Amino acid sequence: MAELRSGMTLGIGGWGSRRKPMSLVRAILRSDLADLTVVAYGGPDVGLLCAAGKVRKLIYGFVSLDSIPLDPHFRAARQAGAIEAAEYDEGMLFWGLYAAANRVDFLPLRAGLGSDVMKINPDLRTVTSPYGGDELVAMPALKLDAAIVHLNRADAHGNAEYLGPDLYFDDLFVTAAERAYVSCEEVVPTDELGTVHPATMRISRAFVDGVVPAPNGAHFTSCEPDYDRDETFQRAYVEAAGDPERWAEFSRRFLEVDEAGYQAAVAELRATGATR
Amino acid sequence: MSDATAPTVAGDAAAATRAEVCVVACAEVWRGAGEILASPIGLVPMIGARLARATFAPGLMLGDGGAMLVSGTWAIGEPPPAYEGWMPYRSIFDLVWNGRRHVMMMPSQIDRHGNANISYVGGDFSRPDVQLLGVRGAPGNTVNHPTSYWLPRHSTRALVERVDMVSGVGTDTAAAGGAGASRFHDLRRLITNLGVFDWGGPEGTMRILSLHPGVSREEVAAATGFELGDDGEVAETRLPSEEELRLVREVIDPKGVRDREVRS
Repeated sequence: MAELRSGMTLGIGGWGSRRKPMSLVRAILRSDLADLTVVAYGGPDVGLLCAAGKVRKLIYGFVSLDSIPLDPHFRAARQAGAIEAAEYDEGMLFWGLYAAANRVDFLPLRAGLGSDVMKINPDLRTVTSPYGGDELVAMPALKLDAAIVHLNRADAHGNAEYLGPDLYFDDLFVTAAERAYVSCEEVVPTDELGTVHPATMRISRAFVDGVVPAPNGAHFTSCEPDYDRDETFQRAYVEAAGDPERWAEFSRRFLEVDEAGYQAAVAELRATGATR
Repeated sequence: MSDATAPTVAGDAAAATRAEVCVVACAEVWRGAGEILASPIGLVPMIGARLARATFAPGLMLGDGGAMLVSGTWAIGEPPPAYEGWMPYRSIFDLVWNGRRHVMMMPSQIDRHGNANISYVGGDFSRPDVQLLGVRGAPGNTVNHPTSYWLPRHSTRALVERVDMVSGVGTDTAAAGGAGASRFHDLRRLITNLGVFDWGGPEGTMRILSLHPGVSREEVAAATGFELGDDGEVAETRLPSEEELRLVREVIDPKGVRDREVRS
């Protein structure tokens, strides 16, 4: 956390409520960091950062909890006009990250044309094909100051692999960023990476500046095959978000504690089933 | 082929529920689609897509809601029988931008020209009254490949003169967006709990293709926030065949989740 600064543009890996670097998000919640510009395929990471007032600007295509369609804190922040918002087609986000990763100013694509994405992002420009084809959107590079992602396994040098069904856009977040930090379920010796299949080794140490061991670190989002989403906890999160008193209680129990305290509270919740 | 010793069909076509009529109407959007990805959003479209593949659109590809493509026919809420491919989020764009997909989305608002909104309702973008999902893939889907829509509750709240935000591009906005927007723009149909519609009316406006059995034009007009055209005689949406009913009731949706989305 000491590596991050207020005012930074921060990319967060994962997708919706799937394999989010939640332990790092929780550390940001406990920190003095503020005024962040957050780029994400948004889930509860976005909701929690909005609730804590950490977000100045959000760059996103959607924010969803998957099994629960909408995140209450994200909605509340938007409906209060509390954050600046840049909403793009999710393919535009992909292309913006890819442009940044490749150090080009923009990449052309069709998505966005004709839609109000062009109006709500008044800085967006189109580009005429130099080869006589269609005029397309020039999606600007989404350059990140820092990126955080959560993978299943990594070595101490920053090589990391995913073992679930989908990498999402984690490799792009890492390569689009000046500095990137990987949290993982388990830090393993290098020769234990890639034993399932070499195609799992998609994050290279060339782009990674720090590795943080974080068992259950994506909780309450899913981290297949290590664990599924904690639906009970996610429901408790959503229910608490609807009521200031219950949110204060939820925060005291789960957020105003360190990561060990959080994991202990989650274990207690699982044992007793008491969501409050 | 029917078999005299097989259990009798649970019902006949005359007894098809409204939800079952909607399932078949959704399935019909994929008729003749060939080897493309069908992406149904919502329970009734999901049942419809599986039905289409099990019957008249065998080439369709269907996902499991995650990164896998499923082969065979399977029940809602049950694990798939087998996988035929791997399609993580990144490679969905290979199909979307290449045009090999037909999505059926569920808009919060949709207007006369087929502009669809899943982003926010009321207020303005900087401070919406009701924040929804965000545009997600709607802008890119609608300018790259065939798009249909599903509305389980046909109402003046959903069918509006003008959407608050154009997430999915309509016929007028595609034309205004230039050749880049209109080249592959291809709005197909809107299925609602009342009928089947398309945008073949004058200047790309919405018209009635068929109404579900028991639905009157007056009922539809009262539930629509703009004037709906039609080509004179309005057909009745076709009923499911006995084989389609059997597949829906016994194979694809034995738990009857379709009735949660559309009540009879």
